[in-house]
Amino acid sequence: MSAVGHDNDHGHDHEHEHHHKDTFITKYIFSIDHKMIAKQYLITGIIMGIIGVGMSMLFRMQLAWPEESFGVFKFFLGEKFAPGGVMRNDAYLALVTIHGTIMVFFVLTAGLSGTFSNLLIPLQIGARDMASGFMNMISYWLFFLSSLIMVISLFVESGPASAGWTIYPPLSALPQAIPGSGTGMTLWLVSMAIFIASSLMGSLNYVVTVINLRTKGMSMTRLPLTIWAFFITAVIGIVSFPVLLSAALLLIFDRSFGTSFFLSDIYIAGEVLHYQGGSPVLFEHLFWFLGHPEVYIVLLPALGITSEIIATNSRKPIFGYRAMIASILAIAFLSTIVWGHHMFISGMNPFLGSVFTFTTLLIAIPSAVKAFNYITTLWKGNLQMNPAMLFSIGLVSTFITGGLTGIILGDSTLDINVHDTYFVVAHFHLVMGISALYGMFAGIYHWFPRMFGRMLNKNLGYIHFWVTAICAYGVFFPMHFIGMAGLPRRYYTNTAFPLFDDLQNVNVLITVFALVGGAFQLVFLWNFFVSIFYGKKAVQNPWRSNTLEWTAPVEHIHGNWPGELPEVHRWPYDYSKPGFDDDFVPQTVPMKEGEEELHHS
Amino acid sequence: MTSLLVIIVLVLLAVAIWQLTKIFDLTQIGGLSDNSQVANDRDNNINGYMMFAFLVFIYVTTIYCIIQFGHFPLMSNSASVHGQDVDNLMWISMILIFIVQFITQALLHYFAFKYRGKQGKKALYFADNDKLEFIWTIIPVIVLAGLILYGLYAWTNIMFVDEDEDVIVVELYAKQFSWEARYSGEDNVLGKANVRYIEGVNTLGVDVSDPNAQDDKVVTELHLPKGKKVLFKMRSQDVLHSAYMPHFRAQMNCVPGMVTQFAFVPNKTTAEMRQHPDIVEKVAHINELRAKKSVELVKKGEQGLDPYNFDFLLLCNKICGPSHYNMQMKIVVESEADFKKWLSDKPTLVSAVKAEKEPKAEEGAAAPADTTKAPVADTTKVVAAK
Repeated sequence: MSAVGHDNDHGHDHEHEHHHKDTFITKYIFSIDHKMIAKQYLITGIIMGIIGVGMSMLFRMQLAWPEESFGVFKFFLGEKFAPGGVMRNDAYLALVTIHGTIMVFFVLTAGLSGTFSNLLIPLQIGARDMASGFMNMISYWLFFLSSLIMVISLFVESGPASAGWTIYPPLSALPQAIPGSGTGMTLWLVSMAIFIASSLMGSLNYVVTVINLRTKGMSMTRLPLTIWAFFITAVIGIVSFPVLLSAALLLIFDRSFGTSFFLSDIYIAGEVLHYQGGSPVLFEHLFWFLGHPEVYIVLLPALGITSEIIATNSRKPIFGYRAMIASILAIAFLSTIVWGHHMFISGMNPFLGSVFTFTTLLIAIPSAVKAFNYITTLWKGNLQMNPAMLFSIGLVSTFITGGLTGIILGDSTLDINVHDTYFVVAHFHLVMGISALYGMFAGIYHWFPRMFGRMLNKNLGYIHFWVTAICAYGVFFPMHFIGMAGLPRRYYTNTAFPLFDDLQNVNVLITVFALVGGAFQLVFLWNFFVSIFYGKKAVQNPWRSNTLEWTAPVEHIHGNWPGELPEVHRWPYDYSKPGFDDDFVPQTVPMKEGEEELHHS
Repeated sequence: MTSLLVIIVLVLLAVAIWQLTKIFDLTQIGGLSDNSQVANDRDNNINGYMMFAFLVFIYVTTIYCIIQFGHFPLMSNSASVHGQDVDNLMWISMILIFIVQFITQALLHYFAFKYRGKQGKKALYFADNDKLEFIWTIIPVIVLAGLILYGLYAWTNIMFVDEDEDVIVVELYAKQFSWEARYSGEDNVLGKANVRYIEGVNTLGVDVSDPNAQDDKVVTELHLPKGKKVLFKMRSQDVLHSAYMPHFRAQMNCVPGMVTQFAFVPNKTTAEMRQHPDIVEKVAHINELRAKKSVELVKKGEQGLDPYNFDFLLLCNKICGPSHYNMQMKIVVESEADFKKWLSDKPTLVSAVKAEKEPKAEEGAAAPADTTKAPVADTTKVVAAK
């Protein structure tokens, strides 16, 4: 309450004085400054991440030691969902569902894109703020509201949504089918609808800002690859998120107002339901029209961050700048016409399956180009092994390992037999989950000084990376093999099938790696929160980087630069350019007389 | 108790890490008094070597996984004719993946090790090279073109079923949380069905007045004849399910409101499969594990586990509710003669429906007028009118 009163005192100042005097509320809560909004996104994302990863620890324990009693289950799930400390089967499905939802949308979409698009777009293109600071603020608070509703849905009596993060109807539409499809599902849908509104506002802002507010000299071919990635990501989001919104709305109609968009001919709990003529396959199309681009909404920002960090820390220009942009564009375009590879065996016409196999495998080409370009950027570099660099190299590694199995899943013939098995779980966790998470960590280690004016402890960073890297492979590599043995995902336990008894030791191994990996994220959390207050004070350009954000003062000010906006004279990747003493040439340095651009642009 | 232990372990871990970093920090202050938190030569060296070690770790993990878990049960020994094509393509793709994985990971981690930073060293300014870009665009294009062609060839063969072919039509019916199968009988045509006809033993909602339905037979254990093409028509009663028959390389979703299909020719009987050396070894291994577990269970005063014998299975592979993890049906593949004998012993659905109604005939004479039944009768008419 005192803070509110404080605000009122200063309301007077705002009217009469032109320089801003921030109150606690306008500075830390309803801020319209992109740097503060970025921090808000990051911290909300981290909190949601703790919940999401924590849930995976719980269900991994159930998978390794099925139907055993654990104190932690009783503590977190309560007597209702874990009677006597044994996890119930619908509680397991609820955990899997909410884990997926939170990680995909709340951590890797909002937490990653929201944080770094907000922080870097104005700073790297030389703008004072986003095109609309107010809309940016609304975008964050809608995100906060949707996170809050999602967390509240965990506490409703019938349990949270439990139909998988893909919420296929009829399971998600009928409370008779699974208890989580009652109030929990309603809250899930409301939360996602608000989330989509938030995401759209953010994306529109990013696109408008990148197109209109670039500083003098910052042509599109002088943009850092981070900005290219955020820009294209925002475009994909604008194209595909509204489709999920329509799917969610139609599902709400089916659930609450008795329409039959997705439901037909259903007999459940001893009675025939009135639904007639709808099709769940329609929902699958609408869902994956967002769902697949979503993978790239998650991944492209991570790749953009990696491009920037690998170039900076290799002290070399990113290899194939134009090819990198071209591959981002190609991926963005292809990502909107491959959704059907999630539906090869959904009952849609097999001819469509052929078409989607074709487009899906095409997407491997720009992805391969990106991977090779990263590797070539390392070649003959002078690699500075900062934690951000380690996470970036780690990303390239998991991107390759996870991406390669896409050749199998994208092929309709092979998908028949590994569809919805652990093979899929291994594939997408490596290629989008772990890779995007590495991108997020890399971004945090790299731009922490920019966000908080202090450095993260590098030794804790090294411990964090190496344990995480080993555990990530330890968890997801063996998963391919239990998938190839035919073990379906989303099984509460595989003890109902003696056929899978020989996979139990693999499940234990995976869980041990998961628990160790999860526990070591505490190292990061410790480092992060302690360094905000007690970290070593950062210098202006600690990584000796070329991009504009490092020309702004360490202390955050409104408008980013105290005087004139910086002017840009060159592309962002002039590292170790012949003819310069330093191994970096910031974008603000004018071209020397007779200096040539050594790259194609 | 466990949670307390976990918390203690975590706290100790945190303390250990804290002390470790302190030691790290102290050793560095002694050396360079560098507290910038930016990587120095020492960090570059250590992490460079770590990168190399990590490459070894990836290879070791790969090899360990292949030896330990890599019986590749679903890449060889398929029990259907088209399975051979799927397996071939899987092998080709897998080998390709391992080669690319081996090379790219080696380059990535070796470069990270070889070019680790050093004060005073200058990196090579190498911004682009169109020839290189072209090479690593065109190679994937060619390789993928091959994979796409083979894949589409196999896919077309599997998915497009010639209706005139000599096939046995079988319906797979999914509901929370069990499977049923319906054989189309002599006429090889399934009788019409709709959820609105579901009543008593007629769990599949078959229209018993349909002439095609007169010889339909409903069973809860799926039997298939070896060497004959089986065309599965799939339906679901409530939510999405997926009929997954891994040994036959077959899977198709069951969607309420529509009929989906999948066809294959089983080419190994259950008995033949049980004698296959791979399966013999697998079963022996599983029984060893089960025996061990049984001993533990009996010690605790619980019932031991039965020994396992191989059977083909139909699993549900689309999340369908709390007991999704235990929705299965046994599949038996046998010779055509055995299959015919087995099927001829089964009663038709129509006779089962009659048998159910007969004893009730007198007491239930007023039943159709019952209020609970009335709406069902109405909707039936609507469906019939359509």
